[in-house]
Amino acid sequence: MQNVMSNVWVLALSGLSILVVALNMGLSIDLFGFLGGFGGFLTGLFTVGAVIVVAMLAGWIFQQALLAISPRGMARELRTAPLTASFGMLMIVIYILLAVFAPVIAPFSETEVVGPEFLFPGDRAEFLLGTDHLGRDLLSRLIYAARNTVGIAFVTTALAFILGSVLGLLAAVVGGWMDQVLSRGVDVLMAIPALIFALLLLTIVGTSIINMILVIAVIDATRVYRLARAVAMNIVVMDYVEAARLRGEGLWRLITREILPNAMAPLVAEFGLRFCFVFLTISALSFLGLGIQPPTADWGSMVKDTATMISFGAITPLLPAGAIALLTVSVNFVVDWQLHRASGLKE
Amino acid sequence: MAEIGDNKDVLLTMRDLRIEGRADETWSEIVKGVDLTLHRGEVLGLIGESGAGKSTIGLAAMGFARDGCRISGGQILFDGIDMRKTSEAERRAMRGKRIAYVAQSAAASFNPSHKLIDQYSETPVQHGVMGRGEAQGDAVELYRRMQLPDPDEIGFRYPHQVSGGQLQRAMTAMAMACRPDLIIFDEPTTALDVTTQIEVLSAIRDIVEQFDTAAIYITHDLAVVAQMADKIKVLLKGEEVEESDTRSMLSSPSQDYTKSLWAVRSHARAEQPAVEAGAVPVVSVRGVTAGYGTVDVLKDINFDIHAKRTVAVVGESGSGKSTTARVITGLLPPRKGDVLFNGATLPANYKARTRDQLRQAQMIYQMADTALNPKLKIRDLIGRPAQMYLGLNGKALDTRIRELLDLIELEPDQYIDRLPSELSGGQKQRIGIARALAAEPQFIICDEVTSALDQLVAEGILKLLDKLQREFNLAYMFITHDLATVKAIADEVVVMKEGVVVEQGPKSDMFQPPHDPYTELLLSSVPEMDPDWLSGLLAERAAKAS
Repeated sequence: MQNVMSNVWVLALSGLSILVVALNMGLSIDLFGFLGGFGGFLTGLFTVGAVIVVAMLAGWIFQQALLAISPRGMARELRTAPLTASFGMLMIVIYILLAVFAPVIAPFSETEVVGPEFLFPGDRAEFLLGTDHLGRDLLSRLIYAARNTVGIAFVTTALAFILGSVLGLLAAVVGGWMDQVLSRGVDVLMAIPALIFALLLLTIVGTSIINMILVIAVIDATRVYRLARAVAMNIVVMDYVEAARLRGEGLWRLITREILPNAMAPLVAEFGLRFCFVFLTISALSFLGLGIQPPTADWGSMVKDTATMISFGAITPLLPAGAIALLTVSVNFVVDWQLHRASGLKE
Repeated sequence: MAEIGDNKDVLLTMRDLRIEGRADETWSEIVKGVDLTLHRGEVLGLIGESGAGKSTIGLAAMGFARDGCRISGGQILFDGIDMRKTSEAERRAMRGKRIAYVAQSAAASFNPSHKLIDQYSETPVQHGVMGRGEAQGDAVELYRRMQLPDPDEIGFRYPHQVSGGQLQRAMTAMAMACRPDLIIFDEPTTALDVTTQIEVLSAIRDIVEQFDTAAIYITHDLAVVAQMADKIKVLLKGEEVEESDTRSMLSSPSQDYTKSLWAVRSHARAEQPAVEAGAVPVVSVRGVTAGYGTVDVLKDINFDIHAKRTVAVVGESGSGKSTTARVITGLLPPRKGDVLFNGATLPANYKARTRDQLRQAQMIYQMADTALNPKLKIRDLIGRPAQMYLGLNGKALDTRIRELLDLIELEPDQYIDRLPSELSGGQKQRIGIARALAAEPQFIICDEVTSALDQLVAEGILKLLDKLQREFNLAYMFITHDLATVKAIADEVVVMKEGVVVEQGPKSDMFQPPHDPYTELLLSSVPEMDPDWLSGLLAERAAKAS
């Protein structure tokens, strides 16, 4: 029922999008010229609409493709994904492909100066998105930055999760003094604003990629700790945990077999959100000059480097910013869907 | 009985009512064409197992279907109004004013942050029946009629400040606020102890008679419905089995299913030979005093449990039954006293006990839902104790798991790789039993194992426990508040009240007078399948009091 409805919706909207594209190409001049100043606004509106429709269409096609290749159990779960989530998954897959195959896909190398500086997008055919302030190809750097920023963000988030959830579960299961010591320690760390704390620590230990990963992981682990502890607290009081304790199960097995599987849903959802936060923190640090160091490409510092071009009407700084925004939104679409499923809400 | 349509006194008729529920993206029928007629001032009892569609039909009388359900066919006529054709606004105007609903758990249905009397006044004020002051005066009057203690003041308390039985009565008074034509009672006494149940039942019955209100009384307890209803309708899986007036239904049920429901109550365990003098009890509790914080919940508890014996521990909620179990398992070390196992003292804390000591005493929980890890398969749930205590692995473990599933009468191939969520309530409880058996214990604590189950399913569980006891020489400690269960399974009975053992002894003595006054109260409060039982009991108690 729901599936049929969404198919109809997709078809209707794709028809509309073809209409809009046609309008923009041929008729728009006459029609919008006639409408005067109002026309620009309408064109903008239609363009946004067309982009959304095309995105959803891509998401839908991707979902159908996934359904065709995935086994039955997984297909049943995938069917519950709304179009936004399919679109998110598609985008994440594209980012991963770009990151993994960056040397193959990118037309130029990451650091090589290949042309004149400050070329606008479309100025020359060989530099599709123009060049930056040193004359490096922007498209190539965007692609390589996916590898650096996303890879580092992933490692950092994973580290924050391992640290935070292990300590959180331990605090909930052992309780007593262990809980007190860990929770108060986390309170102290959380009392300091995250970005300022990160800047402070990075200034002390020096800026390197390893240091940055460790500092952000520790700071974000405090947030994960709080969630893991709260979730586990509700599970620890269940009869099956009591039964396992009375059976004489050890701490490790108690955590890994009885508690962790039941705490997984909220933790996975939190992983997605946390990934976005970490990702933004890295970009922010890079923008401030304390993150990933040049000449390594990274979206945050690319915004900083090309920021002046916006005064000349180039959209160059918006491209890395857009890459950040798109990934963040995509991850959140998927997380929303997972949260919805985990919480058992209908419609 | 009058035919539909030819009697002006008919208040509610349902014809060929069909309700569908949604699961896994498809709609399936959960009520399959039920007819129902209710006259003014009449009480209809709806009984059946869980999943029979009782509550769904009750709610449909208000033209309401729960989330994920829809009324898909048939006609609902309430006092000449077609509830399926009226608008939502019209239906809302009728709800609370002409049709009221009393839910199973009053504690969950009251808003905890408003006073009782404010919640009482909300409905009449909303519907414009009375002003706020008038409604509050009316509330006091109804509280008095519901025999609530201190009716002038009780309304100014918050829901957590009154007891469960009082809350249920306050809820019934609230349903009465607009003097509706019809009240739907959805298992109003299921969550209550037998002694409180009596008070609520008699209060409900009186008030329904006084205002000549029609009622639909939904329950799975036959003895309760026998006291309350003028006629009874038996439901099974969304279909009517039979309907007739209460007396003829009780004396001569015509359908096999109804007869099987009646027969449930007749199971009784064979009398066991007396324990040999000098035999060492499997478990003995010696002078245990225990509690939380500074409060003593248990005071000087003593009792023994012998092999092949079942000791039932009986009492109202809060009497310390479950706390006793926690002391025996070592979850709550006692302040004073010891727990002996085969004559040897057990360490007070479970952490200090050896693996073998832990193996010997197992526990089966009340709520199978929370007692089984929802993410583990049956294979792992049952297999773990066998693997841990007996060192079984691979093929031997698989064989043992299959043996255990056979013992609890579940087909191994079909169930071994399922998750708990893919089982029914009774099957889950059987898995709980299998998990306890897997450790090959001498002693099992059963904590209210049947109280969350339907009668027929509970009966199956009791028979299974009985069979296993004979086969493996188990000793049971059976915690329950249901005296019918005690009759069915116990050899000895321990009656507890407020943390003290009031009376203990063999079952045969316990059900014979003379009794301790508290035991007497408990025993006499168990509803019987006699429609005159409640009236008789109340008359008797009134006579004694005066």
